[in-house]
Amino acid sequence: METLWFCLVALMVAVYVVLDGFDLGVGILHLLVARTDRERRTVIASIGPVWDGNEVWLLAAGGVLYFAFPALYASSFSGFYLPLMMVLWLLILRGLSLELRSHVDTAMWRSFWDVTFGFSSTLLAIFFGAALGNVVRGVPLHPDGYFFLALWSNFLPGSDAGILDWYTVSIGVAALVVLTMHGALWLALKNDGEIRDRAKVIARRAWWGVASITALITALSFWVQPHLKENFSKYPWGYIFPMLAIAGLIGIRLWDRQEGELMTFLASATYICGMLTSAAFGVYPYVLASNGDPSLGLTIYNAAAPEYGLYVGLRWWILGMVLAAGYFFFVYRHFAGKVRLEDGRE
Amino acid sequence: MFGGRIALIGHMDSALAVHRLHFAFTVTFHYIFPQLTMGLALLIVILKTIALRSGDEHYARAARFWAKIFAINFAFGVVTGIPMEFQFGTNWARFSRSAGGVIGQTLAMEGVFSFFLESSFLGLFIFGEKRLSPLAHWFAAFLVFLGSWMSGYLIIATDAWMQHPTGYEIGANGQIMLNSFWGLLLNPWVGWQYMHNMIAAVVTGSFVMASIGAYYLLMERHLEYGRTFVRTGVIAGLAATVLLIFPTGDGQGKNIAIYQPATLAAMEGLFETANGAPLALIGQPDTDQMKLDNPIIVPGALSFLTYRRWGAEVRGLREIPRDQWPDNVPLLYFAYHIMVGLGTILIAVSLISTWLLRGGRLYRFKPMLWILMLALPFPYIATTAGWMTAELGRQPWLIYGLMRTAQGTSPYVSAGNGLFTLLGFLGLYSVLAVLFLFLVGREIEHGPSPAGSGPARSPFSSGEKI
Repeated sequence: METLWFCLVALMVAVYVVLDGFDLGVGILHLLVARTDRERRTVIASIGPVWDGNEVWLLAAGGVLYFAFPALYASSFSGFYLPLMMVLWLLILRGLSLELRSHVDTAMWRSFWDVTFGFSSTLLAIFFGAALGNVVRGVPLHPDGYFFLALWSNFLPGSDAGILDWYTVSIGVAALVVLTMHGALWLALKNDGEIRDRAKVIARRAWWGVASITALITALSFWVQPHLKENFSKYPWGYIFPMLAIAGLIGIRLWDRQEGELMTFLASATYICGMLTSAAFGVYPYVLASNGDPSLGLTIYNAAAPEYGLYVGLRWWILGMVLAAGYFFFVYRHFAGKVRLEDGRE
Repeated sequence: MFGGRIALIGHMDSALAVHRLHFAFTVTFHYIFPQLTMGLALLIVILKTIALRSGDEHYARAARFWAKIFAINFAFGVVTGIPMEFQFGTNWARFSRSAGGVIGQTLAMEGVFSFFLESSFLGLFIFGEKRLSPLAHWFAAFLVFLGSWMSGYLIIATDAWMQHPTGYEIGANGQIMLNSFWGLLLNPWVGWQYMHNMIAAVVTGSFVMASIGAYYLLMERHLEYGRTFVRTGVIAGLAATVLLIFPTGDGQGKNIAIYQPATLAAMEGLFETANGAPLALIGQPDTDQMKLDNPIIVPGALSFLTYRRWGAEVRGLREIPRDQWPDNVPLLYFAYHIMVGLGTILIAVSLISTWLLRGGRLYRFKPMLWILMLALPFPYIATTAGWMTAELGRQPWLIYGLMRTAQGTSPYVSAGNGLFTLLGFLGLYSVLAVLFLFLVGREIEHGPSPAGSGPARSPFSSGEKI
């Protein structure tokens, strides 16, 4: 049951990163690919009806984590106190920039929110990446199951590391590059004309960045967290996850040549899922490793809620997910095709 | 005795005090927005139902205007709501670790059942009117209403469990374990609290609608709409304020009397146990001398309201050990009295306004329009005071009878780190408050009249669909 919930939370996080990932990527690229107000409205229109729903996956995954692994929720949220609060502020600013931009029709108002949108999206991508880096690297858990990390110490991923060290920052940068590509592929899918062309150029360049940084962070991760190797050597079928990532990465290249925009985007989603599931497979059964005494690490067993709660939770979770999938199918189907501004203002 | 009490509350610079202020500030600010959206959602469905049945474009336009106000409030509600779920983990880690297996259920269900529903259909409701049939658009509005009221239920169920824990057992290692899902969802505390809270949201929605209608009438602008808003707001407001007191407020009060006697005594400022306890209308509690200064009382009324018998015994604070008292008796007492006092004023305003509606005298009677317009902040203050009553009344417990507030904080988040982010929120939310007033003010100035305003233009205006 614990393993099942581990998989379900990982699944929800992966769905979150794939979905909100593209609208974060659109935010990162907003100021680069769209220059005029009309272009910027088009870019925002390409995520407008879906970004809020995408972000709900973060809240839903957080909620599920809360009831399924309360000890993990308590430990990690209080331990990563400062960066989480900053994530909250960035999410607030980002949400407002998307919702408020259109309310006032002046260049000053709009350019303020454009910059806010780009800035908050960029920082969020880096923060989310660094958070994943921390989970892989491990944190200084106390015997009582809690910890507290300063934002930085000496930038070395040793036992006295802060939240930001060269390893976690490199994962943050990797997340930024990956989501830039992912967002660019979404823009290419949803737009035509100049925005599409610019997005395609960025996506192609970013692909090389993604390919090289994937190799780099894979090597770094195995070096920083030797425990990752164990699962792969014990259960070789787990290689399917990194294979998925590689297949996605190659797929992006192949379909991009054939102008298959939807397939290219889906390949990028596959790559992201492959990377995240590889990481999840590698850390299992740990959900938060200790970078001191390994026995202090939080595992799915010592962090999970009792059996009954996990059991009833599963029943409503399945119902809720079927409903949510229905809504998403409905919304994305209505939103299919290229974006066109309808009000005719040039 | 006294020293122990101070240690429980924590000094102002202690981590406990900072964490409490952190949650209190962010949740109070957040709840400004959902109380209006939950109330307005119902009123918008009513306006749209009238429009659908009568085919009258006037009501469709009225609904469209309120949808714009709704959308702004909703956006601010969403962005200020995200920090709430996070803070259970960041600032209240020991509480979350013990109780997460229980209240995590309702919080996760809110995300899975309400937020997905709302986020999917809000866009369709706000921007989709042109592309949808009237019935389909009505249905989108209804789904948004349903999502927001379901969200309310799951949050109230979470709070109700902290007020009166049910459906749980204590595990071998002291962990609180859920043992009955329906015990959690159908807690005897949740029914009255939910209805009381949702009806309070309808009061806020109604009074905001009536207030803006009165503003238009006094400004002699958008007169048709001003009359509709005043009429709808006043009638819905009267129905809601009456329901607020009876049966929901009454039912909630009885729950407090049964399950939280110390809270009842503190709310009412009752120090002496009495057969035929008086109801204090006004007075200042002095917790050192254990008496109420300058009281104006109704003899026997508290006993009657609580137990339906004029001579029934009600326990006073003197009989309850100090370490069981809510830790801020005066603030609790005033919060409760402000809620009740403003509620009474709102009933009177609704009654008189409804009576003046006959023959349309209200639309020309300026003093009453002024009162309606200026009453705008009252429901907000009353609702906030009501929540303060509930949460201060729960003290010194975080989970009533199970875990003290002081035992629930994050062990390694220092007062300094907590204060840093509290100040950050204060700054950020000040900016949000200014932005909110600016945007809502613009919409009100712009008004609902057809001149120059079609259906809300989508900022996302995304091609052929949505």
